[in-house]
Amino acid sequence: MIQFLIHEKADSVGVATVDIKAGENASGLYMDSQNKIEVKALDDIPLGHKIALIPHKVDDSVIKYGHDIGRIVADIEKGGHVHIQNLKTKRW
Amino acid sequence: MENKKIMAYRRENGRVGIRSHVVILPLDDLSNAACEAVANNIKGCKALPHAYGRLQFGEDLMLFFRTIIGIGANPNVAAVVVIGIEPDWTNIIVDGIKKTGKPVTGFSIERTGDIGTIANASRKAKEYVQWASELKREPCDLSEIWVSVKCGESDTTSGLASNPTVGNTLEKLVGLGATCSFGETSEITGAEMVCKERAATPEVAEQFMKTWTEYDAFINECKTDDLSGSQPTKGNIRGGLTTIEEKAFGNLQKIGKSISYIGVLKPAEAPTGAGLWFMDTSSAAAEAVTLWAAAGFVAHFFPTGQGNIIGNPIEPVIKLTANPLTAETMSEHIDYDCSAILRGEMTLDESGDNLLDVLVRTCEGRLTCQEVLGHEEFVLTKLYRSA
Repeated sequence: MIQFLIHEKADSVGVATVDIKAGENASGLYMDSQNKIEVKALDDIPLGHKIALIPHKVDDSVIKYGHDIGRIVADIEKGGHVHIQNLKTKRW
Repeated sequence: MENKKIMAYRRENGRVGIRSHVVILPLDDLSNAACEAVANNIKGCKALPHAYGRLQFGEDLMLFFRTIIGIGANPNVAAVVVIGIEPDWTNIIVDGIKKTGKPVTGFSIERTGDIGTIANASRKAKEYVQWASELKREPCDLSEIWVSVKCGESDTTSGLASNPTVGNTLEKLVGLGATCSFGETSEITGAEMVCKERAATPEVAEQFMKTWTEYDAFINECKTDDLSGSQPTKGNIRGGLTTIEEKAFGNLQKIGKSISYIGVLKPAEAPTGAGLWFMDTSSAAAEAVTLWAAAGFVAHFFPTGQGNIIGNPIEPVIKLTANPLTAETMSEHIDYDCSAILRGEMTLDESGDNLLDVLVRTCEGRLTCQEVLGHEEFVLTKLYRSA
């Protein structure tokens, strides 16, 4: 069963389409290529929330839809929960 | 794709409506009570109370007049009774609506009082309701339906499935020669360069950038923080959205991949030809949908993630979601559940066809969830304080 989707190849995050539990080896699908990927979740990732596909360091950009959606303000490991505690807007 | 025939109402000016409301339209806040009394006396008409219409001036007043006249002129409205506190501005509204050729009469309260005005306006409303009750639907082209689109309480499932579904349907409608519109100026922030590239000509692209830049400057001037909680909303954040940039790229999925917008409209301004149009609107659902209703749009696609329950009194709002939790826990608000896309059980193209089918049924009389539940949020956009 697919547990998260990724919009594009260049993206650094996926979106959980079900609730993912910490420790699970979660299955993901790239929507552009239909390629599959597996990532071990380090945190609980609620439905709709993002899972890191690669490690992110402070001031890195997060890429989704193939575009920059904001800057990292706290390091995240691969499989971590990407949300407002570690990702902020570059606008406003 | 075939330009289907649908059964709808052709109005005096040739436009096509999918509802046949008799509206009791207040010029101003003071006239709400009389309008509501008329709508209580006469069954089958609808009062549209609102908060404004006094001491407005300049561009804000022009937007106010354009909105109120536009609501009366909308092809989903068969006839209009206007009530205002005094006759001069009341007549501006009546004369504006009269240009469509539909029946409209104005009443003013000063030198008559509420009770006399309510009696006179009720007699006229009774005449209009009985007249409108005999109007017949006739075959019209699907491409004559003007469709607006805006999402609300979005989450990441909106960008994955419900917004792309709307985009797919819009590509099909615009391909038929329909008139469609998207907007939400502030919510393009982060994706404005991508939106700019979707303009049909360099002139339209510049006009979009000017509109977006002005809105962004206004936000920067008034903000006290990074707007987290306002834009994105707390609901967006709960659903997994994090930044305005992420929300913007999801938002833009609603205009599909292959179509360009051919012009930029002021708030509540009617388009002048077929195709996709950008309208300068706020991203608050009721404000934006009211502006499209005033611009003459007769049906609205509203994808939601966490479950925005908005409706409009004259422009039916068709709601869809791809979030299985929302589809399950708020099913009474959802006209179309496209969560099967997330499970890999339905393609975007199939989903776009399904949404088109819901549109056709809505055009031919199926009541939307919002209409049945009585969600009639009528919210005017105000640009600044009154004098």
